[in-house]
Amino acid sequence: MKMSEKPKLNLNRVPIPKQEPATRRSNFNEVALGYNDEQALEEASRCIDCKKAGCKGGCPVNIDIPEFIKAIRAGNMPEAVRILKSKNSLPGICGRVCPQETQCEMTCNLAKKGGPIAIGRLERYVADWERDHPEIAEQQKERISFNGQKVAVVGSGPAGLTCAFDLAKLGYKVVIFEALHIAGGVLVYGIPEFRLPKAIVQGEVDYVQSLGVELKLNYVIGKIATVDELLENGFSAVFLSPGAGAPMFLNVPGENLSGIYSANEFLTRTNLMKAYRFPEYDTPIQVGKRVAVFGAGNVAMDASRCALRLGAEEVYIIYRRSKAEMPARLEERENAEEEGVIFKLLTNPSRFIDDERGRVKAVELYEMALGEPDESGRPRPIRKPGSDFIMEIDTAIPALGTRPNPIIPSTTKGLELTKWGTILTDEASGQTSRKKIWCGGDMATGAATVISAMGAARRAATDIDKYLRGSTE
Amino acid sequence: MYKIVKKEILAPNTIYLKAEAPEIAQKAKPGQFVILRVDEVGERFPLSLAGWDEDGGTLEILFLIMGRSTMKLSALEEGDCIMDIVGPLGRPTEIVSYGNILSVCSTFGIGPTLPLVKALKEKGNKVVSVMEARDKTCLFWEDRLKVVSDATHIVLGDGSRGKHRRVSEFITEYLKSGNKVDRVFAFGRIFMMIECSRATKPFGIKTIVALTPIMVDGTGMCGCCRVSVGGETKFTCVDGPEFDGHLVDWELLIKRKRAYLREEALAFDLWQPYNLRQLAELSGLSKRASIV
Repeated sequence: MKMSEKPKLNLNRVPIPKQEPATRRSNFNEVALGYNDEQALEEASRCIDCKKAGCKGGCPVNIDIPEFIKAIRAGNMPEAVRILKSKNSLPGICGRVCPQETQCEMTCNLAKKGGPIAIGRLERYVADWERDHPEIAEQQKERISFNGQKVAVVGSGPAGLTCAFDLAKLGYKVVIFEALHIAGGVLVYGIPEFRLPKAIVQGEVDYVQSLGVELKLNYVIGKIATVDELLENGFSAVFLSPGAGAPMFLNVPGENLSGIYSANEFLTRTNLMKAYRFPEYDTPIQVGKRVAVFGAGNVAMDASRCALRLGAEEVYIIYRRSKAEMPARLEERENAEEEGVIFKLLTNPSRFIDDERGRVKAVELYEMALGEPDESGRPRPIRKPGSDFIMEIDTAIPALGTRPNPIIPSTTKGLELTKWGTILTDEASGQTSRKKIWCGGDMATGAATVISAMGAARRAATDIDKYLRGSTE
Repeated sequence: MYKIVKKEILAPNTIYLKAEAPEIAQKAKPGQFVILRVDEVGERFPLSLAGWDEDGGTLEILFLIMGRSTMKLSALEEGDCIMDIVGPLGRPTEIVSYGNILSVCSTFGIGPTLPLVKALKEKGNKVVSVMEARDKTCLFWEDRLKVVSDATHIVLGDGSRGKHRRVSEFITEYLKSGNKVDRVFAFGRIFMMIECSRATKPFGIKTIVALTPIMVDGTGMCGCCRVSVGGETKFTCVDGPEFDGHLVDWELLIKRKRAYLREEALAFDLWQPYNLRQLAELSGLSKRASIV
């Protein structure tokens, strides 16, 4: 091939259309609108189809990324759907909430040159196309023959759905036990409608159910039945994916005042219980004019953007470190900033102040300076003496992460835990310290991403299959 | 969906329901509660279990009509369904041999009290029960309490029975007159539980109360039900609902319970019975509460 024939690299990512910040900050509709056919084709055409596709290695569930992009380019959408779905049961979700910039898009060969393929947006495009063409799913539905063994999955979040999907395809009868009244776990109670519409989640849950997976709602395992009872009652294996668990608080005085919500509570009221439609929906929420969110992860971004949409005039993210250390995805941070969330960095609370009727009225804050790196490798924040000040607020939302929920460990004998209270799990196989019990998702790793939970669930499903085949042969 | 098989109006605004929930009935223990959601737009709220029948596969609950959710629940009839019931939640009561027990309840508190007293008796405890009510129109199930207790005392707020108007007066006199009590349980109205705890404190008798803060998920995920006990923050749904009444920060609990008074009033007003009926007629639905 002569040099002159080599196609010129196009490093301009096709931008995704979004609702304008001024409009979207007052509605719960989806912010990113998705590619249309032309935009998707243009973006797919930028893929240079390299021999050593770096993108594939960056995907925790090993999607054959170059092939599905090739199918988009060829206009063969049913094929793109098939390739995507053979590895990922939840593409509509992953295309929206995966941190692609640290995964497939980071290892894309074009990333080095500054313009990686927008793999996440293309994934979403294919998933949305499939939603509009339900006949394709029907045609592609595989015939599954039941192999006679039952597996219980605890929790219907991303890990639970993925494990159920994989095992159902292999012929197992899977029953998912969900504690809440709707399936989806963090996808329905945590991630807001404007980032992940609940209809998309429901669609993916329906798909998993269409493979023969049975879903039992309102089932708190550890209460209505223990893990051991599941094993005694016909299940050959149990996969535990109960999710994050108990919210952490700041441990400062006044934290139990009304108007102080854990991010879990604030998001659950808003997303799961639809408090933004009170009084049409029965669950209320109080936001007021000034809201302070503590922490700077993705959950903090979600909470702050929900607060804006619930009518708050000023929403602050209060974080004790600086911008460089913020754990939230860049995209979420930018979205929040565009919508008007105010970042108060290097600031930490010392106490909450009462309005004398039990409601929070203000928070006392102090400034921080960055010192030497701490055990996490990030500069240690140090309190600046004499920098205390008071900020009036109507609502406070600590978004500091979670501790594992004790319900399953305390009702399952012999399940070894880590020093953090998570279930001790072999990373490669998902195997716990007990036979026939596997674990994945936040309960195994502590708070992490949707896709990493899905990757762990896939590895566990493979290991469960290996174990169960070994035990019958 | 959980079908209601029996409904009774026990006293003004006090409703008894029996619903089919066989799997929960298998597991329920004294002191536990369930979280309910009446319909598609409903909120999640906790109610103590007032009884369960393993063989019949049913649960019993007993509640006061307080707001929109309990109003909706009270509007359901036999044959109707409650959309969601989750349980059994919370830690069961510690049922051991304590010796002499004083069990106190206010009207709707008799729900969780009956299974508790039965279980305590089975462990060989001697149980004296006290039930308070505003007046005799609010009094019910006195006979049931008598059947399970060694002795039963009724305290009416209007003074129409016995010499006491408040449970605290009864307790103080009972303890002063030398009756030996090893443990007190108090279930029901929050102010009754406060009164009991105050009355028993000078005598140093451990008093167990069942707290009823606002809850959302009921499995330890949200922290809405946090209370302060002995200076420590606890989640009522997973650490409770029973705590030592002498250590509970009652003022905080009351304030947190009242956090949504304005919203509750608005929601209740929109769902008064006539509104419910009117909406039902307008939308051509039956009297079922599942009207969006």
